Formats: sequence, structure tokens, C-alpha cells
Amino acid sequence: MTETPTPSPAPVRRRQSGWRRLGRAFLPRASRAQAIVAVLCALLGFAVVTQVRSTRQNDLSSLRQDDLVRLLDGVTRQADLLELEATKLRSQQTELESGTDKNKVAQQNAEARASTQGILAGRLPAEGPGIELTVYSPSGTIKASTLFNILEELRNAGAEAIQLGDRRITASSYIVDTAGGVIVDGTVLTAPYTYLAIGDTQKISLALEIPGGALAAVHALGGSTSLTSGTKVTIDATRAPSAPQYATPQPVNKP
Amino acid sequence: MIALIGLVIGVVAGLILEPSVPVVLQPYLPIAVVAALDALFGALRALLDGLFDERVFLVSFLSNIIVAALIVFIGDQLGVGSQLSTAVVVVLGIRIFSNVASIRRQLFRA
Repeated sequence: MTETPTPSPAPVRRRQSGWRRLGRAFLPRASRAQAIVAVLCALLGFAVVTQVRSTRQNDLSSLRQDDLVRLLDGVTRQADLLELEATKLRSQQTELESGTDKNKVAQQNAEARASTQGILAGRLPAEGPGIELTVYSPSGTIKASTLFNILEELRNAGAEAIQLGDRRITASSYIVDTAGGVIVDGTVLTAPYTYLAIGDTQKISLALEIPGGALAAVHALGGSTSLTSGTKVTIDATRAPSAPQYATPQPVNKP
Repeated sequence: MIALIGLVIGVVAGLILEPSVPVVLQPYLPIAVVAALDALFGALRALLDGLFDERVFLVSFLSNIIVAALIVFIGDQLGVGSQLSTAVVVVLGIRIFSNVASIRRQLFRA
């Protein structure tokens, strides 16, 4: 194993000399060089400690002026942006709230209209002050036209909801003569015929009993009638309106 | 040895006295510390090279500090203070690294 290369002596010498120089420098000697180095090192240590302490103490006070200005600028701009966003959101909130209110009012209106029109169209049961009129036809002389006259009289007197027999009378109701009685809206009714009508009771009574009026015509034909008015007449017959096939609402131009 | 003792004395003095940095010096102290560190490592390198001279060390230490502070001061006046102090720190950091590399080569041959 004589071929094994021996490490060259030079690096060893340099290495030793490096450590030796360091060791020699560390030996305490009262030389001018050591004194100067000591003083400067003390200065450095002092400065480092001071700086570290001031850095830890407060983040902002150690910043330079333009950094602070930039920081302030950024914060101000961010605050402006946030303020803008807050304003936008607030107006959006107001909008939504007023929108909800508007919707609520519109819904209430629509509900009120629906109930009104439901009564007028015969879609909803109704109750209120009104009259009950029964027409007896002992000899079968009371025909559809007489019944229709009574109905017209009721309408003229302002009856808001009318029921004949068990049929709700609407704008499209019809009365047709038949052998055993009359047909009202496809249902056969036999005497006695009972009208229920809601409206101004006095007005309706007056209109019916007027001389030469509807009831007089019944009496003239050999029939008899009984008319009672009450503060609470209940009309519970309803009729499902069919959707119009040809007529559509005319668009209303809003002002 | 005495240098280490001086360093310890400085640190202890700083801890005991708890000095607050004057506002005027606040931007310059960190730069001055980095410059002084650079001078210190340069001196250590010179020592290992056998070229150490206390006069050179004193002058380089002080001039490093002064020049670094001056650059930052001028930068502050020109409105590029933070950029220039970054530049100074980068340059001094590179120098410290190269000095440390040289010291390492001297001591460990690696």
C-alpha cells in the first residue's frame, strides 16, 4: 500500500496556521490593537442591543417617515374603499327593504281585489245583510221569465251576491223552462224557488214589492211569495269561473 | 479574547442602560450596525490572512458606518431612503457572506 497518496503538507500547514493565528489573537494581551478592537466591539454590541430593543418595542416608531406616510396612505385608501362599499350596501339594503314593502302592499291589494272579485264572480262564499225570497208555484204557472224578472229586479236593486236554489247566480247564469220546473245553469230546480241575495235589504224589498213589479207579477200568475230580510244571510254556493278562451286583458299603458 | 470581552460588555451595557434611540438616528442605526458587522468580519478575515492591522480596522469600521449612514441620509433627502437602505443592506450582506466564506476556507479548508 505504498501507492496510497499521502496528503500534501501545504494545506495542513495553512490550516494549522489559521487556527494558530486565531488562538494567538484570542490570547489576552494588553496591546493597542486589542484595546481598539475591544472598544469597537463594545460599541457594536451596544448598538445591536439598542437596535433590537427599539425594533421590538414598537413597530411604528422605528419606521421612517415615507414608510409611515405610505402606510397612512394605504390605510386611508382602504378606509375610503370600505366606506364606499358600506354606502353601496346600505343603499342596496334600503332598496331591498322598500322593495319588500312595495311587494307586501301589492300583495295586500291583490288579495283584497281577489276577494272582492271572487264574491262578484261567484267564486267565493259570501255573507252579510240580505233577503230571502221564496216563490211558491202551486199550479206550475211560474215560468223562467218570471223568475228571471225577479233576478233582474234583485240586480237592479244592487244585490251583490245572489243564489237561486242551490245555484250561485253570476253574469253568465241562465234560466230555462222545462217540464218539471226550470233549469238554472244546467241544474233542474222545482218549486218553490228560493232566492238568497246580499245587499241593501230596504232597497231590495222596495224594488221587489213595487206595485206592478216582480212580486206583483208572481201574484198575478197565481203564485205566492214570502219575503224575509235578515242581518246575516249566508250564500255558500260557489261557482268556478272558466278561464276566458278568447278575451285577454287589454294592456294598460301606465302614465 | 479582549475583543469578545468588549462585545459582552457592550451588550450588557445596552441591556442595563436601556437606551432609547434618538429619533434623528432611528433610520441610520440598523444600517450602521450592519456596516459594523461587515467591518468586523473583514477584520476577522484579515486576521486569519495574517494581514490584520488595528489602524486599518479602526478606519474601516468608522468609515463603513459613516458611509452607510451617509448613503441612507442622502437617500432620505432624495426620497429614495428606503430603497437605498435596502441596497446598502444587500451590498453589505453580500460582503459579509464573502468574508465569512473566506474565513471558512481559512479555518476548515472547505
